[in-house]
Amino acid sequence: MTPKTKLSCRNVWKLYGPKAESLLRQNPNPSADDIRKAGVIGAVRSANIDIAEGEIFIIMGLSGSGKSTLVRCLSRLIEPTAGEVLFDDADLLSTSEKELIEIRRHKMGMVFQHFALLPHLTVLQNVMFPLTIQATPKPEAKAKARDVVELVGLKGREDNYPRELSGGQQQRVGIARSLVTEPDLWFLDEPFSALDPLIRREMQDEFLRLQERLHKTIVFITHDFEEAVRLADRIAIMKDGEIIQIATPEELVMHPATDYVAEFTRHIPRSKVLTVGGVMTPGVKGEGEPIPQSTRVSDVAERIIAADAPIPVSDGNGQIVGGIDRKAVAHVLFGAGDAA
Amino acid sequence: MIRLNRSRIVILTLVVVTILLGWFGRDLGKTLDARWLTKFPSAWVIPFKSYISSAMTWLIEDAALGPVSFTDVTRAIAWLIEQPYNLVLTLLADGFVRGQGNEAQVILPAISWIVVIAAVIALGQYCRDWALAALVGACFIYLAVFGQWDSAMVTLASVLIAVPIGAGGGLMTGIIAYRHPTFERIISPILDLMQTIPIFAYLVPILFMFGFGPISALVATMIYATPPMVRITTLALKAVDPEILDFGRMAGTTQRQLMWRVLVPSASHSLMVGVNQVIMLTLNMVIIASMIGAGGLGFDVLAALRRLDIGAGFEAGIAIVVLAIAIDRLSQSFAERMGQVHHEIPGTWITRHRRTVLVLVLLVLTWVLGQFSPLLLEYPENQTITTGAFWDDTVKYLNVNYFDTFEAIKVFFLTWFMIPIKTVLLGIPWPWAIAMLTLLGWHAGGWRLALLCGGMASLILVSGLWSKAMVTVYLCGASVILATLIGVPLGVLAALNKRAGAVINLLIDTLQTLPSFVYLIPVVMLFRVGDFTALIAIVLYALAPAVRYAAHGVRSVSGELIEAGLVSGCTPTQLLRHIRLPMALPEILLGINQTIMLALSMLVITALVGTRDLGQEVYIALTKADTGRGLVAGLSIAFIAIIADRLINAGARQARIRFGLEN
Repeated sequence: MTPKTKLSCRNVWKLYGPKAESLLRQNPNPSADDIRKAGVIGAVRSANIDIAEGEIFIIMGLSGSGKSTLVRCLSRLIEPTAGEVLFDDADLLSTSEKELIEIRRHKMGMVFQHFALLPHLTVLQNVMFPLTIQATPKPEAKAKARDVVELVGLKGREDNYPRELSGGQQQRVGIARSLVTEPDLWFLDEPFSALDPLIRREMQDEFLRLQERLHKTIVFITHDFEEAVRLADRIAIMKDGEIIQIATPEELVMHPATDYVAEFTRHIPRSKVLTVGGVMTPGVKGEGEPIPQSTRVSDVAERIIAADAPIPVSDGNGQIVGGIDRKAVAHVLFGAGDAA
Repeated sequence: MIRLNRSRIVILTLVVVTILLGWFGRDLGKTLDARWLTKFPSAWVIPFKSYISSAMTWLIEDAALGPVSFTDVTRAIAWLIEQPYNLVLTLLADGFVRGQGNEAQVILPAISWIVVIAAVIALGQYCRDWALAALVGACFIYLAVFGQWDSAMVTLASVLIAVPIGAGGGLMTGIIAYRHPTFERIISPILDLMQTIPIFAYLVPILFMFGFGPISALVATMIYATPPMVRITTLALKAVDPEILDFGRMAGTTQRQLMWRVLVPSASHSLMVGVNQVIMLTLNMVIIASMIGAGGLGFDVLAALRRLDIGAGFEAGIAIVVLAIAIDRLSQSFAERMGQVHHEIPGTWITRHRRTVLVLVLLVLTWVLGQFSPLLLEYPENQTITTGAFWDDTVKYLNVNYFDTFEAIKVFFLTWFMIPIKTVLLGIPWPWAIAMLTLLGWHAGGWRLALLCGGMASLILVSGLWSKAMVTVYLCGASVILATLIGVPLGVLAALNKRAGAVINLLIDTLQTLPSFVYLIPVVMLFRVGDFTALIAIVLYALAPAVRYAAHGVRSVSGELIEAGLVSGCTPTQLLRHIRLPMALPEILLGINQTIMLALSMLVITALVGTRDLGQEVYIALTKADTGRGLVAGLSIAFIAIIADRLINAGARQARIRFGLEN
């Protein structure tokens, strides 16, 4: 059973320049050369994405790759030059301004790289803001805001102003604010990029903890491949406005579509990406407590290496599907390029 | 050091030829029997002034849209402004009176001086601290003790009315300009013009439409003080972090919510800076507008200047300065306070608004007890101090003992600096001058700028104001040269030396707070009327931006560049000459540009001391109520300002491009 598609885009283009529209009208699928010749800048080129309900979908790319533009096309903060965006199977681009406001008020939330907190409001007022503009009764809005503030671990700071908080705490406010309306679809635009590495790590854990409770459909932007691998169900890699590959972290590492993708994966410790199921030997029976096949190799490497015989690997239903021995793990940990 | 490539030789030759032509222009015209070369024949003049004057007459007498005539509209506007103005004036100065003349009966006297002083002290304490409270309190006590209270309250009333209308109108216009780029493109040149036309030029048509009196003065004030607010609003809104804008939209705000609950609060700090600007410009203008009946302190100064009553003029002038300093400091710290956030104090309304309550109680008390003791309502006249005699004596003393010194300085500058410039400028044949301007425009910014320069210069020419325009350029140019020679080194010094910086900053702050009128008084006392007096007043008034921008430019040279210079073994002088100054050049140029603008706006005011330039033309038009003459001369000044502004901006941009600061 495949889960329902929550958000998808078909052939979305965003070109900047005076001749952008006429170029696409003449040639619905211009090449990079055509675009350059027309004096137009191609921020997003022919993007096709399907994001399933409850999935963490990460768009990864370096600065200037068009990832921010793409996510703004998906939320219609930017009007795409061509293509369609389907949200809950309805065309988002043809909705009226009024409907769009309604959708944003109830079904979408967004977190920003530099937090985008309103400087003149307290933490609680910032979190309440999306409810305030919907004219939600004040006591109700306050109660809801207090709940999410507690959820993100900021209880006790409700009456502080943003500038009195650290970067990590400010982003927690940003997260709380984006969750207060209980949206289905959650956009996070490089939410942790402006934070120190240590705090970033902590926030990533916090994010995974939240998602375990909330099961939102998430579109997450980052330029940090390690972060993408750590958090994503699936990753789309963008370069020069184009999506090069969409795959799970494991597939990306095992089968990079281009040299460009391979360049990213090269420096990622494989043991943190590959799962036990991916490197086991099928059919082999081992001894001892079975390991679920979705476990990352790094989490169980020590145990496998310490064991003399292969250890059994089980699938989601507890069925033994194969075994894994220290040779396979050593290959993942120390092996050269082709771990597969 | 100077490389002599071909284009440099061409430029140098052209400059030398221009100067020679100027020096010998008049003789050349005589020998060639072509006097029209330096003096534009009056037969070729297009009578713009009479066109404008008759258009104005038509507007006032005949223009109507259906049953509503133009004068009805102006009267309605005047009425709208008059109501709040009268209320404030009554509260601050006149008191509520029933009946007229001798039968007048005071129902409720004006707010007591004690209450006003208490209110400003409370405001100072609220905005910053007790130090500020003491400062503004002292300023207002000065006004009472030195017998300037009544005039000061009239001026204050004008400011209190003009500022909210100006700031509010500016905010609204700015918001519309932010929302509709087309609207912005339309009003941007209008704002330019509003700021560069000297104030006096539009005093004349306003006088026609609204009549002589405080309302005309208020209208003029608003026209003068609003444009910066419009600009600052648009800029501040554009400068709001795009993420905040995105957040607002993603939260599902409507257009109005986005503006008033997200953008405007986020930009509030910059907006308050704009309000401070409006306040200062208003204060400046209210003084100038006393020429068309605003009354108050400005009128006192003007009257004293006309009588050459130095003592009285000086006193009223100082009162203006004191009032300006108090209002400026108050509004600046209020702006700062708006930018910060403050935790709300819990408690009832009264505990939260202790200061307001105190002032209100005091107000009622003085009103009630004032029945028995007039001291509580009005500062007793016999207790006022006057320093008029002291100033008169000082001036007399200086003139008796140092007359020769002052005269020598004056003569030196006139002979060796001002007259040569004047002769050259007046001697340049106009076809050559226009050709050179066009060429300069083309060199700095392409054919568009060339067209602008040539076109505007020709317009000045055909309106028959060429020689007056040249006198303007001479006076303005000489002042700007002096201001630059003094200001830029001061600015560099302020940037390099902390202690000097503090002193210079204080000086510049004070100079900038003073309304332009005030500069004339001491200079007239020492040097009497004439071009040299005008020159000094202009230099003083226009010095500030030259210093500020130079200091800022030198300070903002990147630290890495300085370190690179130090590591290469630069001496401090080399560091300054090869790194700091060249990198600061674009900023310095912008500072000079601002200096020119201020100098031009000051020109009209120096007309009071008998200059013979376009400013005088405007001033005469004002006294004769000649709309056409005033507007044409005013526009000519604006054209000179625009040409200078565009040329220098283009030059600054080229410099920035050369340094890779802009592409």
